[in-house]
Amino acid sequence: MLKLEHIGFEVEGNKEILHDINLELNDRFVAITGPNGGGKSTLAKIIAGILCPTEGRIYLDGEDITDLDITQRARRGISYAFQQPVRFKGLRVRDLLGLAAGKTTGVTAACELLSEVGLCARDYVDRELNDSLSGGEMKRIEIAMVLARGTKLSIFDEPEAGIDLWSFQNLIRVFEKMYEQTKGSILIISHQERILNIADKIIMIADGQVSKMGTREEILPELLSSTCKVLTDKME
Amino acid sequence: MIDQIQMDMLKAVADLDSLPVGAYNIRANGQSAARNTTANIDIVTKTDKPGIDIIIKPGTKKESVHIPVVLSQSGLKENVYNDFFIGEDCDVVIIAGCGIHNCGAGDSEHDGIHSFFVGKNSKVRYVEKHYGDGDGAGKRLMNPTTVVELAEGAEMQMETTQIGGVDDTLRKTTAKLAEGAKLIIREALLTEGDQHAETDFTVTLDGAGSSADVVSRTVAKGHSTQHYASRVIGNAPCAGHTECDSIIMDDAKVTAVPELTANDLDASLIHEAAIGKIAGEQLIKLMTLGLTEQEAEEQIISGFLR
Repeated sequence: MLKLEHIGFEVEGNKEILHDINLELNDRFVAITGPNGGGKSTLAKIIAGILCPTEGRIYLDGEDITDLDITQRARRGISYAFQQPVRFKGLRVRDLLGLAAGKTTGVTAACELLSEVGLCARDYVDRELNDSLSGGEMKRIEIAMVLARGTKLSIFDEPEAGIDLWSFQNLIRVFEKMYEQTKGSILIISHQERILNIADKIIMIADGQVSKMGTREEILPELLSSTCKVLTDKME
Repeated sequence: MIDQIQMDMLKAVADLDSLPVGAYNIRANGQSAARNTTANIDIVTKTDKPGIDIIIKPGTKKESVHIPVVLSQSGLKENVYNDFFIGEDCDVVIIAGCGIHNCGAGDSEHDGIHSFFVGKNSKVRYVEKHYGDGDGAGKRLMNPTTVVELAEGAEMQMETTQIGGVDDTLRKTTAKLAEGAKLIIREALLTEGDQHAETDFTVTLDGAGSSADVVSRTVAKGHSTQHYASRVIGNAPCAGHTECDSIIMDDAKVTAVPELTANDLDASLIHEAAIGKIAGEQLIKLMTLGLTEQEAEEQIISGFLR
């Protein structure tokens, strides 16, 4: 469904952030993991059209979308949940959910979406997306917007970042449910074992390159043992 | 008689499709075009100068007064004085608004001076919209002045909006608050083209326990200019907050001048001012929802000015 061919990304000073990424994603739930600064978010932004690759091509269902802008890609079915959700003075939760759904969202529809992400809907529909909402609340609303769109590819950039442990437990359920119910594919950047644990495929990106890729059964045990080894080393 | 252009203006400034329920006075092209009074709300034409006195009996609750003004005759200039005498223990809504439709070459100008004398423990919601249209070369000018005096325990919420169409405006508001009185002001302002807008708030907190919250949100587009000044003077233990938040676009210019004066140790006064362009990440977020950059911009602005 999504195919990346020789994707490279350079920033000023010729420091390459991504180097020759080749991926073909046909699975329903793909998790990208790897150390911070390895290029995961950059790759997600390149897929959504927020950043332009300096090399390579991107295909969605066979169509070359490399030169399409953010709006065009969104309309072709790519959704993107930001790692740090954006705040808007004046725009309310129901406005954003309506824009995401592409139609005016009634209170009932908005409430259902908010309940999906564990927010007590009636308290939130008319709230502004301003500084009065906590980081965790913003993250949930960000995810609800992607649910409202219901597109064929939904990208989540570290949904767990900035969420407390209790909220995270609930969030896992959101993704489990999404996996069960959605028809589209999910691409999720995460460090969390419980998220990796529900992925069909895991891709490890480090130093701007794909360092490992395979099914969950292939990758996860290896990943966990190496992580444990790092921790054990630290303890010693 | 009210013609179609004037009806359109009434719709724009007061959401009126027909004559309102309750007390009203509609002023069209310098004349009183329609008026209704109720048992509790009287409207009397002034004899010494243009304008009306609106007298609301003590204890009047859940009633409204509409006093829209429309100008469709090019070149008309007027000064109108409307004084509101609101008795004690009232709870009323007052809807004002001015629409200028100028198709001619002459400048049309409406300067409305609204004074509110709000009695003890009364609550007033005052909604005011200013709007201009018409494609004539003549300018559309409006200079609304609002004077507010709140007696002990009185509360007033003022919502004032000017979204487009007014070439030049000086919006002056002064308020004095007695003990326990509360004033909330929400201003939304948009200028475009070569328009110029000045807003000037002076709030004097004279009584102990009085409070004021003045928030202005503005958008300046094109070559327009805006100047915002707010003065809060605390003469007693009181709480004052003013905020000016502006989105600047194109070649527009915005100035914000806050001024706080505390004349009492227990006066707590805060001012916040922010001027900046639309954040790139806000545009990107809305574009990832399928909006074009222009649609995203429109959504951000209309939400911001809501």
